[in-house]
Amino acid sequence: MRTITLSHGSGGKLTTELIESIVKLFKIKSVGSGIGLDDFDDSATIPLSDFEIVLSTDSHVVKPIFFPGGDIGKLAVCGSANDVAVMGAKPLAILSAVVVEEGFSMEKFEKIMASMSEECSNNEIALIGGDTKVVERGSLEISITTTCIGIAKKGSVVSDRGIKIGDKIIVSGYIGDHAIALLSVREGFEFDTELKSDVTCVYPLVEVGMNICRINAMKDPTRGGLSAVLNEWASKNNVGIIVEEERVPIRDSVRSACEMLGLDPFMLASEGKVVFCVDKEYAEEFLAEIRKHELGRNAEIIGEVTDKYKGKVVLKTSIGSEKILNPPISDPIPRIC
Amino acid sequence: MADILAKKFRDKEKIASLVKYIKKISEGKKYTFMHVCGTHEQTIARFNLRAILPSNVKLIAGPGCPVCITPAKDIDTAIKLAEKNKVLTYGDMLRVPGTRDSLFTAKAKGADVGIVYSIKDAKKIAEKTDKNVVFFSPGFETTACTVATEVLKGLPENMFILSSLRLIPPIMELLLGIGDVRFEGYIAPGHVSAVIGYGAYEYIAKAYHMPIVVAGFEPLDILLAVALLIRQIKKGDAKVENEYSRVVTKEGNTKAKRAMEEAFYVASDIWRGIGRVPFSALKLRNEEVDAEKVFKIKIEKSIDIKPNCSCHLVIIGKISPFECKMFAKACTPENPYGACMVSSEGTCYIAYMNYANEK
Repeated sequence: MRTITLSHGSGGKLTTELIESIVKLFKIKSVGSGIGLDDFDDSATIPLSDFEIVLSTDSHVVKPIFFPGGDIGKLAVCGSANDVAVMGAKPLAILSAVVVEEGFSMEKFEKIMASMSEECSNNEIALIGGDTKVVERGSLEISITTTCIGIAKKGSVVSDRGIKIGDKIIVSGYIGDHAIALLSVREGFEFDTELKSDVTCVYPLVEVGMNICRINAMKDPTRGGLSAVLNEWASKNNVGIIVEEERVPIRDSVRSACEMLGLDPFMLASEGKVVFCVDKEYAEEFLAEIRKHELGRNAEIIGEVTDKYKGKVVLKTSIGSEKILNPPISDPIPRIC
Repeated sequence: MADILAKKFRDKEKIASLVKYIKKISEGKKYTFMHVCGTHEQTIARFNLRAILPSNVKLIAGPGCPVCITPAKDIDTAIKLAEKNKVLTYGDMLRVPGTRDSLFTAKAKGADVGIVYSIKDAKKIAEKTDKNVVFFSPGFETTACTVATEVLKGLPENMFILSSLRLIPPIMELLLGIGDVRFEGYIAPGHVSAVIGYGAYEYIAKAYHMPIVVAGFEPLDILLAVALLIRQIKKGDAKVENEYSRVVTKEGNTKAKRAMEEAFYVASDIWRGIGRVPFSALKLRNEEVDAEKVFKIKIEKSIDIKPNCSCHLVIIGKISPFECKMFAKACTPENPYGACMVSSEGTCYIAYMNYANEK
C-alpha cells in the first residue's frame, strides 16, 4: 500500500513529486495571463486592467503551538502574508479557516486569535472572512489555514524567473532562528537557548527594497531554508549561484545548535527573512538602504549568479574549498551523535 | 564556542600550508586511509577535504555510522514493539530499512514511534505516560556510556531498552583480519576515543602493523591526522598517535568505562552488511529493562542487504558509493534502498548530498 509519510510534507523532493502529481489532475491552472498553479511561485495572480490581485494560501500546524518569539496565530498571518509580500504586493486582507479539536483550552484559543489580530493590525491587514470547525479529539490540536490577498500595480509583480547572470544575492538577516527556536522547545530535544523565532511580516522591508531598484527575484526562506530558495532559483532560471559561506549571517547560537544536532543551517527555516536577487550595480546601495530598516539590519550580500554550474548552487566553504549545496530532501532531523 | 573553533581549526592559511606539506611528504606514492566515524565523513564532505588533498591521498569511509550498521532484525523488532508500546529513538533511525518496513513507514501505518535526542529525553517522556516506553538505542561507545549511566541511575518502571549498541575496536580489527586490506592507516574516531582512550587501539596497531591516528572533527584535525599517518608510514612505524589531545587521553574516561561495564556485558552480534562480529555488541546485564528479554519478540527471518544493494561493500570501504549500480538511481535519500543512504552520517547519503551533483 502506498501511504503518505511525513516526508511528503516536509518541503523536499518528495513534496515536489506529490504536488506535481496533483497539479497534473487540474485542467485550468491560471486566470488569463496570471501566475498560476504550475508556475510553482509563492503566490498566484489575477490580472485586472491596471492592477494584479496576488493570492496565497497556507496551512499551519506547528509543534509546540506557542514557541519563543511567537505562536501559531502569528505564524499563520505571516505565512501567507509573506508569500504575497515577496511577489512585490502589499498584503491587504486575510481569510482564515481554523480546525480545532474538542477539549482544546479556550484560553489558549483566545490567545492565538488575539495574536492573529495583533499581527494583522500591526500590518494593516484586514481579516475579511473565515471558518471554524471543531473535530474529535486526535493529534491535530489546532490547524490554521490563511489565504492572503494583496495587490500590485500591473507589471510590478516579482516572479522568481527574472534572475540574470551577474546578479547579486542578498539575505536580509540571520538565517535558521525560527527552526532552532522551535526545536529547542520541542518534546524530546529541549535545550537552553536565548534564541527566539524571527516570525514577522516582511512587507515593510520589501517595500523599502522595491523603492531602491527593480528586484529580480525575492523569496522568504521558510521550509527548506536558504538552500531550497537558491536551488529553486538556479533550476528555474537555469543559472548557477555561488554562495560564500562566511558571508551568510548565522548566529553563533544557531551554529552551535546545528553542530550539536547534526543539522545544516542552510536547510533551516526562517520566518521573517527575505532573500533578494538584484542587479549587481545596485547591490551595494540596496544593502545599505535595507540595513537602515529594522528587519534588514543584519543583511549581507552572500553571493552571485553565474553562467557556470548551470542549475546548481555552489558553496565556497570557510576553508576555501568549493562544494555543491544540494536542495534539502526532507525535514531536518537531528542525528544520533 | 563554534566561532572560536571555526577560527582556530578552520583557519584558511593553516589549512593551505598543511595541505602543501601533505603534498610534499606524500609525493610519488599512493596513500589510502580509512576513518570509521560518520562525523569524520561529515567534516570531510562539508568542507570537501577530498578536493583539496592531492589526488594520491585518498580518504575512505568505513563502518562508522551506527545507524547504517544496525541490522534489519533490530529494526523489525523495534517495529513489532511499536505496535503495542511507544518506541523512542534517534531521528536518523526512522528511515533505516527493516526487512519490510522502516520505523518511518510503520509510523505512517499507526505504530507509535517518536524521536528524541538522548535517553534522558526518553526518560522524561516515559515519566509522563502510562504506556510502556522502549528506547531503541543503536550507537557506539559514545552513546553506550550515556545509556549506561541512565540505566544505572534507574529507569521509570514502564521504560525498557532495546540495545543495538556496538563497539568500534572489534570492527577495526575485523576489517584487517578478513584480508584484502586496501588502506594503509586508520583515522580513529575522536568521540569514541574520548570514552575508551587511545590505548584501546594499541593491540590493533601492533598485531596488524597498522598506523592509527585519533583525530578530532575540524578540518585541521583530519588533515593533521593524514600528515601524521603518512609520516608513520614513511618511517615504517605502526603505532597509535593522538592528534585530538585536547579531548582524548590514553585511558579515556574511566568513569564512563566503569558505567558501561556495570550496565552491559559484551556479546557477539550482527552488523548490517558485515555479519556476526565477535565481542562487538553490548547487552544489558539487568534483564528487567532489556526489551529483548521482557517482550520476547521473535523475528523469524530478516534481510539486511536486499538484492543488488552494495551497502555491505560500501560499509567496509571496498567500493565507493559511485561504484554501486543503485546509487543515485534506484537508491536516493528520498527513497533509500540500502541503509547507507539514510542517515546524515551514512556514506551514500553524504556522497549523494555533497558529490552526486558534481558529475
